[in-house]
Amino acid sequence: MRAFAGALALAAAGIVAPLAAQDADHPGKAAYDKWCAGCHGVEGDGQGYGAEYMLPRPRDFTQALYQIRTTESGALPTDADILRVIDEGMPGTTMPGWRDKLTRAERAALADYLKTFSRFFETEGTPEPLDVGRALGGGEDGIAAGREVYERVECWKCHGDAGRGDGTSAPDMTDDDDHPIRPADLSEPWTFNGGGTVADIYMRLRTGLDGTPMPSSSDLIASGVASEEDLWNLAHYVRSLGPERFPEPAEVIRAGLVDGDLPDSPADSAWADQERFWVPLVGQIVVKPRWFAPSVDGVWVQAAHDGEALALRLVWHDPSESPSEAWDVWRQAVESMMQPQEGDPAGPGLPDAFSVQFPAVMPDGRELPFFLGGDARRPVYIWHWSATEGTREVFGRGLDDTRTLSGGAVTARAEFEDGKWRLVLRRPLDSGDDEQRLGFVTGEAIPVAFRAWDGSNAEAGPRGSISSWYYVHLAEPTPTSTYAYPVVAAVLAALLGLFLVRRAQKGYARGGAEARPAPAGAA
Amino acid sequence: MRKYFDPFRLAALSGAAAFLVACGGGGDAGADGASSEGGADADAAPAIDPATTGTVVGTVTYTGSAPAPVSIDMSEEPACAEKHDDAPMRVPVRVSGDGGLANGFVYIKEGLADRDWGPPGGDVTLDQEGCEYIPHVMGVRAGQDIEIVNSDGLMHNINAGPELNRGFNINQPTNMTSTRSFARQEIMIPVRCDVHGWMEGYIGVMEHPFFAVSGEDGTFRIEGLPAGDYTIGLWHEELGEREMVVTVAAQEEATADFTLDDSTAGTASLGEPLVIHHSHAAGAASR
Repeated sequence: MRAFAGALALAAAGIVAPLAAQDADHPGKAAYDKWCAGCHGVEGDGQGYGAEYMLPRPRDFTQALYQIRTTESGALPTDADILRVIDEGMPGTTMPGWRDKLTRAERAALADYLKTFSRFFETEGTPEPLDVGRALGGGEDGIAAGREVYERVECWKCHGDAGRGDGTSAPDMTDDDDHPIRPADLSEPWTFNGGGTVADIYMRLRTGLDGTPMPSSSDLIASGVASEEDLWNLAHYVRSLGPERFPEPAEVIRAGLVDGDLPDSPADSAWADQERFWVPLVGQIVVKPRWFAPSVDGVWVQAAHDGEALALRLVWHDPSESPSEAWDVWRQAVESMMQPQEGDPAGPGLPDAFSVQFPAVMPDGRELPFFLGGDARRPVYIWHWSATEGTREVFGRGLDDTRTLSGGAVTARAEFEDGKWRLVLRRPLDSGDDEQRLGFVTGEAIPVAFRAWDGSNAEAGPRGSISSWYYVHLAEPTPTSTYAYPVVAAVLAALLGLFLVRRAQKGYARGGAEARPAPAGAA
Repeated sequence: MRKYFDPFRLAALSGAAAFLVACGGGGDAGADGASSEGGADADAAPAIDPATTGTVVGTVTYTGSAPAPVSIDMSEEPACAEKHDDAPMRVPVRVSGDGGLANGFVYIKEGLADRDWGPPGGDVTLDQEGCEYIPHVMGVRAGQDIEIVNSDGLMHNINAGPELNRGFNINQPTNMTSTRSFARQEIMIPVRCDVHGWMEGYIGVMEHPFFAVSGEDGTFRIEGLPAGDYTIGLWHEELGEREMVVTVAAQEEATADFTLDDSTAGTASLGEPLVIHHSHAAGAASR
C-alpha cells in the first residue's frame, strides 16, 4: 500500500498542473482571452463575468458538451462543427458570429484552443460526422406527414402544439448545469441555435443538442420507430411553422385606410388585408435593473384606420399566459439566477403586458423624445395594456416620471392561444387638442415604439423587452384625380397599340407574298 | 464545483496509481498471482479459484429522520399514474421498518489487485415504467451494455450526465430499446428525463465486478472477492459517501455494516448540484 500512496503523490505532482498553464503559448489563447473569456471564462468553464446575466448561459467547455454538432449524441464535435458556431454564432442566444470580426486563421486557432479545455479531446479519438444523405420528403404531403410525426413522437410535450415553446414540460426545463432553458419557439426559425434550414433542423433531430433537454432521435431509425423520411418530413414540418422568408425589421408601419368598419377584434379576418411589419424587441439594458434574458423577441404590427380611428394589431409570442401558476417554477428559477445583481425580486403574480409609445406632441424636425420613456423636454404618451388590469394611458417624462392620464378613449381586445398574444388597441385619431395625448394625422410619419413584458419571466418595469423608435404612417384618403390617371393612360396605350397594328398590317399587304420574310428572320 | 474538480486528473491519477501498484507488487490483495497484463486479451482472463475467495455481507442502516417523501404530480401522464397503486412519491431516503436503507451503492473502492476481471458479462436493463427508472440505482461494468427500455409507450428522453464518461441524450417516444455503455469507472452517473422532471436514476460504473445495491431491507452481498483487506465505499444520492475497511478471508463471510445518522447526513451529496457563487461586483460596475 505504500507504493499506492507514493503513486498518488507522484501522479498528483505530474497531473495537477492547471490546464491553462500548458496552453499559455497556444495561438488561440490571445483571441480567446480578449473576445471569449468575458462570457466563457478564462478557464473555459462558462463562468466569465458576463455569464450570470445571460440565459441560456455561456457554454462550459470543460465537459466538451457542444450543442451544435454533426456527430451522434455524446460524441465530440468535429473541428468544422466548432468553427461553424464561432463563424455564425448561435441565433437565439447572446453568442455572436465572428466571421467578420476575426481572420480565418484566428477563428481556426480559437476552435483549436477550445479543445484544450477538455481532456476528452485527447481520450476520445476523432469524431465521425453522421452521414445523413440527401434531403427526403417535403412538399405539402411531406409537411402533413411531418405533422403526424410531430404528434406521434410527442415533440409537443416540450415545444407545444403550435410549436411556440409552450409544452406542458417546458416550465421546469433545465440544462446540464441546472440553469433554466426554454424549448425553441419552432415558429421563429431565425432563432434556432443551429440554424433554421430544413437540413439544419434535420441534423439537430439526429444529433440532439447535447447539454440541453433536446434528445437525439437517431435511435428511432435504428429501432424502426420512424424512418429517415419521417424525420426529414418532421424537419420540413418544423420549418413550415415559420414564415418562408425570415422577417426584416420595417422602419415604417403603413396603416391602410379601411373602407367600412375598422377591425377591432384580434381574430377579425379583415386583418388579413393589412400588411404586417416585424419589429424586433431586445432586453432593456439601458438603465438598471437591466434585463439580458427577455422572453419576447419581437412583435408583428399591423395598423389600419378609417379616417376616424386608428387600430393597431400586435401579435407576439410568449409561451406563458401570465400570471400563470404552471410557469411559476420558471419565474422562480429565472429570479434566483438573475436577481441578486440588480434590483429586487419581482415575486409571483406578474401579468403579461405590452405598451405602445408615441411622442406626446409631434416633434419639430428630427429630434425625438428619448426612446425609453421620454425625457423632461420631450414627453411621451403611452398606451399600456396589462393582461390583468386592462389598458391605461400614460404621460411620461422618463421611466421614473410617469402618470396615468384620466379618461381616455383607448380600447383593447386581447386573446391568448398556444403561446401567442393577439392584441388590438384602438383610439380615435383626434385627441381633442390634448397636450398630453398625441392626435394622429394622416400622411405623417408618426414615431412609435413598443415594449413587452412576460410576467412569468419575472418581467415588470425596466425588466422587459423594448424597441427603438419606428414610424407609423396613416394612409391619406385618395383624391379622385388619382383614379383618373390610370384610365387615361390605359386608353392612350390602347389607341397607340391599335395604330401600330394597323400600320404593320398595311406594310405587310404591300410587300406581297414574294417579299414575305422567313419566319426565323422575324425574330 | 467543476472549477476545483477535474475528473480527468482523478481518473489519470487513479490509473497511474493502479499501474504502480501492479508493478510494485501490491500483492497483499491476496490474488492468486496470475494478474494479467492490462486486459490485453479479455477472454483469456484467468478464473479466480473460488477456494481463495470470500464474501462481504452487510446492512446499510439509517437511524436519522428521513426527509418526508414528496408526492409526484403525474396528472399530465395518466398512463403512468395508473401504473401506481398508491400515489406516486419521490422517496429520496428509502428506509424500511427496522431502519434498512435501500438504494445505497456499495463497491470495493480500494484493495483489489490490478488485474483483468474478465468480460463485463451480459446486458443489464434500465427500465422506464410508470414514469420511473427501474432500478433507481444500478451498477454496471465499464463497457457493459445497458439495455434502456421504454415500457411506458409514451415519450421519455434519457439524459445521462457523466463527468468522466461521454453522456448521451436519447429520444424514446414509444416502446423501444436503446443500448448504450460507459467506458470508464465512475461514481455515479445521474440519469434524468427532461420531459418528466421527477424521473431520476443513478448508474455506478465499475472496472471490476465487486459491487452491489442495498435492497429494500438495506442488505447487500458481494461475492467472489479474493481474500484480502479492502476499503468498501458506500454512495447514497442524498446521504453522500462513506467508507470502511474490511478483511476478507477465503471461504468466509466478512461483515460490513454501515450505520448512517442525521449528524453525517448531507455530506458530499452527489444528489444535489453544488453552485459556486462568484462576486460580480467589479464586472458589473465596469459595464
